[in-house]
Amino acid sequence: MKYEEIVHRCFRCGYCKLTSDYTDFNCPAYRKFRFETYSPGGRMWLIRAWLNNEIKNSERFQDILFSCATCANCVEHCVFVFSEDLVNIFIAAREEMVNKGIIPPAVRDYLKNIRINGNPYKEPQDERGKWADGTSVETYKDQDYLFYVGCVGSYDERAKKIARVVGNLLLEAGISIGILGDKEKCDGNEVRALGEAGLFQFLAEENIAYFKELGVKRIITLDPHAFNAFKNDYPGLGGEFEVYHYTQILAPLIKSKKIPLAEYKAKITFHDPCYLGRHNGEYDAPRKILGAIPGVEMVEMEQNRENAFCCGGGGGNFFTDILGGGEDSPNRIRVQGALDTGAQIIAVACPQCAKMMEDAIKSEELDDRLEVLDVAEIVSRALS
Amino acid sequence: MTDITQALAEIVGEGYVSDQPEEAYFYARDPGLMPAHEPDYVVVPKTAEEIQKVVRLANRDKIPIVPMGAGMALTGLVIPLKGGIVIDMKRMTGILAINEKARLVIVEGGISQGLLKAYLEKNYPKLRHSIPDSPATATIAANVMIHGQGRLSQQYGFNSDMVAGLEVVLPSGEICKIGSCSISPDWFSKGAPMPDLSGLFLGWFGATGIITKVALKLYPKKKMRDVEIFITDMEEIVPDIVHELTYTEMVEDITVFAQPLPMIFRDNHHITIFFTGDTDTELEFKRKMVWDALDRFIKSKDGGFMGVPPVMKPTLLDSPQRSVTRFADVKKGGGFEYSGPIILVEKYPECSRKIRELAEKYDLGYSGMARIIGRGHCMMYGFAFTFNRADPDMMERTRKALHEVSEYALEAGGVFWKPTVNEQKMALDKMDPNTRNLMGMIKKNIDPNGIMNPGNWEVN
Repeated sequence: MKYEEIVHRCFRCGYCKLTSDYTDFNCPAYRKFRFETYSPGGRMWLIRAWLNNEIKNSERFQDILFSCATCANCVEHCVFVFSEDLVNIFIAAREEMVNKGIIPPAVRDYLKNIRINGNPYKEPQDERGKWADGTSVETYKDQDYLFYVGCVGSYDERAKKIARVVGNLLLEAGISIGILGDKEKCDGNEVRALGEAGLFQFLAEENIAYFKELGVKRIITLDPHAFNAFKNDYPGLGGEFEVYHYTQILAPLIKSKKIPLAEYKAKITFHDPCYLGRHNGEYDAPRKILGAIPGVEMVEMEQNRENAFCCGGGGGNFFTDILGGGEDSPNRIRVQGALDTGAQIIAVACPQCAKMMEDAIKSEELDDRLEVLDVAEIVSRALS
Repeated sequence: MTDITQALAEIVGEGYVSDQPEEAYFYARDPGLMPAHEPDYVVVPKTAEEIQKVVRLANRDKIPIVPMGAGMALTGLVIPLKGGIVIDMKRMTGILAINEKARLVIVEGGISQGLLKAYLEKNYPKLRHSIPDSPATATIAANVMIHGQGRLSQQYGFNSDMVAGLEVVLPSGEICKIGSCSISPDWFSKGAPMPDLSGLFLGWFGATGIITKVALKLYPKKKMRDVEIFITDMEEIVPDIVHELTYTEMVEDITVFAQPLPMIFRDNHHITIFFTGDTDTELEFKRKMVWDALDRFIKSKDGGFMGVPPVMKPTLLDSPQRSVTRFADVKKGGGFEYSGPIILVEKYPECSRKIRELAEKYDLGYSGMARIIGRGHCMMYGFAFTFNRADPDMMERTRKALHEVSEYALEAGGVFWKPTVNEQKMALDKMDPNTRNLMGMIKKNIDPNGIMNPGNWEVN
């Protein structure tokens, strides 16, 4: 297994599951299950035991490995020099399990759907670009930017609305964008996170080849997950592009008043997406956007920025739901954290987070007290 | 699902009980060197009442029970030597009451040092507790249970001396209050002026009961904190230096470390002196008192203050010091263990020589680290060795070195801190027979079925 030479170095001290100021446990799987085995240290020790044939690849072992949301809280807070590789180690272990074909059924189904249908929803490829119907967003030809939407933004009803708002905003701000429509393929971020390295490479190489064929130089993503794959994983496969999350494009446009905003009175808290924040260090762009809207009062949740608590949707859990369900599910904990701020709106910058938070609001019966809006939707409401 | 698993699930909820191999593997071990013993069940309760029910079930069926915090003692105290039920306490993280004026807090038995620290910093910035340098996940209850030490131990003694009341679940299942809280709504004393029954539980490692609530004394937290390091290459004068420092009553905490790596530390003893103040004037006054106290050692050229580099200060002032945990990876192997006898400060020179001798004999990486307890009344001297978990030979050499430390510590007049089971046996063998019999009587009467952390403090 890749990283095998590191696995024994975990001291299981537990710093990995806390925030930097120790306010609370911040590992979503540990918060949900509360056995040490579901913490990063637990995984490290169990992976070693599995490699040494001291435990078997059981259903529970699979749950333990695949409930990791790859949120990188452990990477942020582990005190050892190998901290950078913690999520990579968990993914490498998943890769071993995928290679042996012994994985949870939900993971198997997700990967199968990507392989067969090109998306996890089993939807036809020719409907991938339908989200843009009724907008002025055009197919990519030679525009300045490729606007890459991803599987969730292309097929999920809630996420499609966000995609439309972002697309329209970019156009209204004069940004030259084009989409791939029914030619867009899965970016593979979750495929990689779920351990299907071969399928990920296939998807990435196809995307890279197609982007190059079209002459794409710059990409704006709707989804931080795609942003992460393009920015961090594609270059190793020959895909060197300028990659931006849409908030990174909007923030300077708003600052320079190219997107003029009117007053929009609201108390808002921002939930950092793990693949924008911890994985890529972008904490400021969404806050700059929201902070620039007249009338908006920004309040931070106790766990924010590098200490943000994951919604539980990362690492493929958005699709497999291994981590979901129950009062202690991460999204419900996160929504309670938002409620504590007194905010009326939870701002998100990720369609997966948006769905996770909305589900949690329903479960917590907070519909009349909290609303989930993407940063772009809030900007759209504030357009003068 | 077995009958016991089913019964436990009915108590704590199905999601919080496991009889699976994964939990059995993990909870069979701690990060130290003790042999693994698998539990039959692991439960993660939420309330004292759930623990009460688990204990009653265990007592009825004579199933061993081992309470566990973060499992960071490193000496195997939460390894279930005879199987049974491990009770992971870390869902019980409530801060139940705080009295700001009386500087007291009541917490549940699974709250971590880190959580309490964060809570106090945010809500009561003038209050602090004596935080140890174990990882921030270490729990308050387990730390007082093992008579831990922390940042305030030089001033106020063992962390267990700072307990102001306990709630415990007895082996029979009764929930029992210890201290002033047994007759008053206020938790301010663990014993005095009545008989101090906390001694029936503190230091027993769960062999007499499970702590479900702790009242803890808090102390003033000054706005500023600073550190100075006094260096000497003469181990013989370290006790004198400590004596002078403790006399000033100006110091928050005193630790001493000596280690061969990195090179900057080699051949020296680093007396690390922490002090606090609300104003620059207060801080500088204390600094001056400290410097004046050690002036004679400077004049005799036996030592001097080291300029603490700015990059080093945050590491030293970190609380808990995460750098202590990093020692585990010095050999790129994720392991360290130490034997930390409580011993007179005057024994520092021979402890220091002993650790060097053992490190050389067994070819091990080491760090000798002492924390002063009380105004020089004693110290914890940590004979710490780092090892590579993937190197069985190095692990065995570390075991041997630690065994020699144990023998040495007893001979030198020390008393084991958080002793391994073997050290407990050694201590009981050396103990005054009447004292040993008293311990045996206590254990037999309080836990007649011998279900509580069996193997620990067993008097035959």
